[in-house]
Amino acid sequence: MLETGPVAGIRNLHPAYCSLLIRFDPLRTDHEMLESAVCDCVEQFDSVVSIEPRTVEIPIRYGDEFGPDLEDVAKLHGITSKEVVELHASATYTVYFLGFVPGFAYLGGLPEKIATPRRQTPRKQVPQGSLGIAGNQTGIYPCSTPGGWQIIGRTPLEMFRPNRENMSLLSIGDRVRFVPLCD
Amino acid sequence: MRLIEVQSPGLFTTVQDLGRDGFGPIGVSPSGAADPTALRLGNRLVGNAEGAAALEMTLLGGTFVFPQGGMIALAGGDFETSIPLWTARDLPPAQTLRIGPARSGARCYLCVRGGIAVPLVMGSASTHVMSGLGGLEGRPLRKGDVLRVGPQPLTPSKGTISPGVLQQLAPRKVLRTTDGPQHHWFSANEFYRTVYRVSEDSNRVGIRLQGPAMTLPNSGHMITEGVTLGAIQVPQNGQPVILFVEQQTTGGYPKIANVISADIPSLGQLRPGDEIRFERIEIAEARRLLRRQEALFQ
Repeated sequence: MLETGPVAGIRNLHPAYCSLLIRFDPLRTDHEMLESAVCDCVEQFDSVVSIEPRTVEIPIRYGDEFGPDLEDVAKLHGITSKEVVELHASATYTVYFLGFVPGFAYLGGLPEKIATPRRQTPRKQVPQGSLGIAGNQTGIYPCSTPGGWQIIGRTPLEMFRPNRENMSLLSIGDRVRFVPLCD
Repeated sequence: MRLIEVQSPGLFTTVQDLGRDGFGPIGVSPSGAADPTALRLGNRLVGNAEGAAALEMTLLGGTFVFPQGGMIALAGGDFETSIPLWTARDLPPAQTLRIGPARSGARCYLCVRGGIAVPLVMGSASTHVMSGLGGLEGRPLRKGDVLRVGPQPLTPSKGTISPGVLQQLAPRKVLRTTDGPQHHWFSANEFYRTVYRVSEDSNRVGIRLQGPAMTLPNSGHMITEGVTLGAIQVPQNGQPVILFVEQQTTGGYPKIANVISADIPSLGQLRPGDEIRFERIEIAEARRLLRRQEALFQ
């Protein structure tokens, strides 16, 4: 609502799991005015018709050089790599929010059986398109960055491209399914 | 069309304007000039709109050739070169401009009348280096690059800026802050008494500080939330990091304080080894300081 009916002075919105950070221009508005604008939005929540979420399928090459942590994840849970892949690809995920770097979607809905803590030592460079697990979250690195998530696969899709109509392949609220690619 | 040829790029030179707002929901931080005050003043000197794109040089300047000549100005940190800072100059055709290391400050803007013309990405010419978008091919300049200069504006050059204004806008080493969302997790006394040293690892993403490690209560874990420019995060090692123009948009570390808007430009002039400290003020005071600073631009 704050995006479609802009309130004067808002410069940026940073949604997360259970918070929304609003960055504003203090020369154009102040805390009190924003607070009342946000409260108005909250009051109208019930009357807003939420759109049916779309489902996006993302092809993934699991394991081998694309998923260097797949075997470790399997070992940690006492199951086979194949079972990790089956579990990961069986779930439907929800995009909670995007953050960290452009186009990085935090996905909820990971089967509890394969929830895995971050790596002890983060990698200096995680390749673009890498699919990772951190705790009960999963997500894809849209660009090559340092990162500590357990990498189990990679997608050939470009998750973020600035001059595309949908710059980010995923948006908040989307449903996501991963489709294993075979050789 | 006017061009600029890059004979040597310097240490880390990027195309920057005032950044791109509004893309937080897809994880894109604004980027933009590290010292927006210097960029705005530099653009005024050559008669550009305040937010025209310029070259941001870091610690060491580059060597640039102007085959068709043109009007330029240098703004921000004082870098060794043959023309004075804060003054518009007309360069004759084929002139070469050599800019050396910083004598003070960390960033110097080379503003050109007409601005640097690069394709806008999400409404801005600003380079966002980590994600490789904007500016010239999303990267710092290289030897042999050729930049285009935009059409000449109709507004006249401003020539110089009054020394009084420059003095009032001079970068600060005592940065004023307001309380961060998790300020009560920390000892304010410890934080505001400490003199911090700016680490070599600092860049446009974050300014890393070195000082006595701060203690984080109850393991310091929290749910990831939005973070903004100037937020002072304290990660597990207890050494604060000031989130800067190419910041990540969300983060999971507690934030003790936030540098006020009026002092953000000062962050762009911090160099490794600088000693800084923080001074806590109220939000109303922060707003008053910003208004007063903005009035200097009128």
